[in-house]
Amino acid sequence: MTPLLEVRNLTRRYGARTGCEGVGFDLWPGEVLGIVGESGSGKTTLLNCLAGLLPPDGGEAWFDTREAGPRDVFRMPEGERRRLARTDWAFVRQNPRDGLRLNVSAGANVGERLMAVGARHYGAIRAEAARWLERVEIDPARIDDRPSTFSGGMQQRLQIARNLVTRPRLVLMDEPTGGLDVSVQARLLDLLRGLVRDLGLAVVIVTHDLAVVRLLAHRVMVMKDGRVVEEGLTDRVLDDPRHPYTQLLVSSVLAA
Amino acid sequence: MIRVEGVSKGFVLHNQGGARLAVLRDAALAVRPGECVALVGPSGAGKSTLLRMVQGNYGIDGGRIVVGGVDLSTASPREVLRLRRETLGWVSQFLRVIPRVPALDVVAEPLRALGVPEEEARARAAALLGRLNLPRPLWDLSPTTFSGGEQQRVNIARGFVHPYPALLLDEPTASLDPVNRAVVLDLIREAKARGAAILGIFHDEGARAAVCDREVDVGRFVP
Repeated sequence: MTPLLEVRNLTRRYGARTGCEGVGFDLWPGEVLGIVGESGSGKTTLLNCLAGLLPPDGGEAWFDTREAGPRDVFRMPEGERRRLARTDWAFVRQNPRDGLRLNVSAGANVGERLMAVGARHYGAIRAEAARWLERVEIDPARIDDRPSTFSGGMQQRLQIARNLVTRPRLVLMDEPTGGLDVSVQARLLDLLRGLVRDLGLAVVIVTHDLAVVRLLAHRVMVMKDGRVVEEGLTDRVLDDPRHPYTQLLVSSVLAA
Repeated sequence: MIRVEGVSKGFVLHNQGGARLAVLRDAALAVRPGECVALVGPSGAGKSTLLRMVQGNYGIDGGRIVVGGVDLSTASPREVLRLRRETLGWVSQFLRVIPRVPALDVVAEPLRALGVPEEEARARAAALLGRLNLPRPLWDLSPTTFSGGEQQRVNIARGFVHPYPALLLDEPTASLDPVNRAVVLDLIREAKARGAAILGIFHDEGARAAVCDREVDVGRFVP
């Protein structure tokens, strides 16, 4: 068995400033990797490079493709990368408004991803969209409503449905619970955990929320100034932190 | 089943002037299948630290801890997670769960992670919660709002819902009434009878006398 994603020595600079440097990890199906660190630590740069939104300056990212086995996505033709982005990858953004089309219905937001991978039968697409709305706990009766009429928590769940309907194998998430009420966060975490388990998803989740990481991530990488300063089993890193920066992060959290 | 060999552990507190705390030196013990061993010693002797190292929650500075053939001093996170899923159960004093997940599903979760179908996992969880006298109306509620004794019974049920070959127990009877304490002692006896190796901390002397075969004084390992 090979990892779904092997990242080696990923580096991205902004002029003289370091975005991220020498980052590497393996990710397996069914595994959630948390990336924590404060603003400017490089965690979002890393995610954007992986998502193809930002070209890296160096490094490799080997994705185990269904047809041809491991391929370096940084050296892949643009067309092949776009196809993978449609079929195998998903990117859940912090602000659901960036990941949704607000002027079309909830059903169309989910359905157009299916059409992008070749689904053509209107009835089947609508039925699958309704099933996914239900799965992310949105009343299927809202299928013809626009997401602009949804609450922030509902929009985030709709964005997740839109991303997962095509059964991707790798899901990248940027602060998916940021800006949501605590009660809404819990619901989202519960949902994500069930989806990871039932669909065998591999997830990279960037967050500054250590509670989210503890409940969702199997492993965690702590980033500071663009580099990984500590990594390992999530509860080991949070309960027995070694690096001064991790100790500071963990001890800075206010207990509820 | 559980082997601790020449283990040392300390903490460096970088944000408190780099203070160094040496907690354990040359710790050693072994627990065979069917045996229950109690870690004893004064507060601060390192009982919890040692138990957490065996669970993989704390890192190991020196020596080896081997559980079910997995060396925790070198195992990858994936290997530790697999060990915890299949082999090594853990009854903690703390309950960390996603709010809103019902108690029944919290208890069934270790089975779901092993691929047991939902119906069966929930049925086994229900049987255990019933045995531990957790009132039925609480099963569908999140344990985050439960009393200490109720949360502890959820933790115990999670630790016994799968027949783990090795079990770590941190004060499993601490906040229980006599009836439920007796249930927990029975669960421990049954686990021993099916061959589980158990390592635990029991401040409750009566409980220790009732189920433990030996004691290991962690005070011997204080540097």
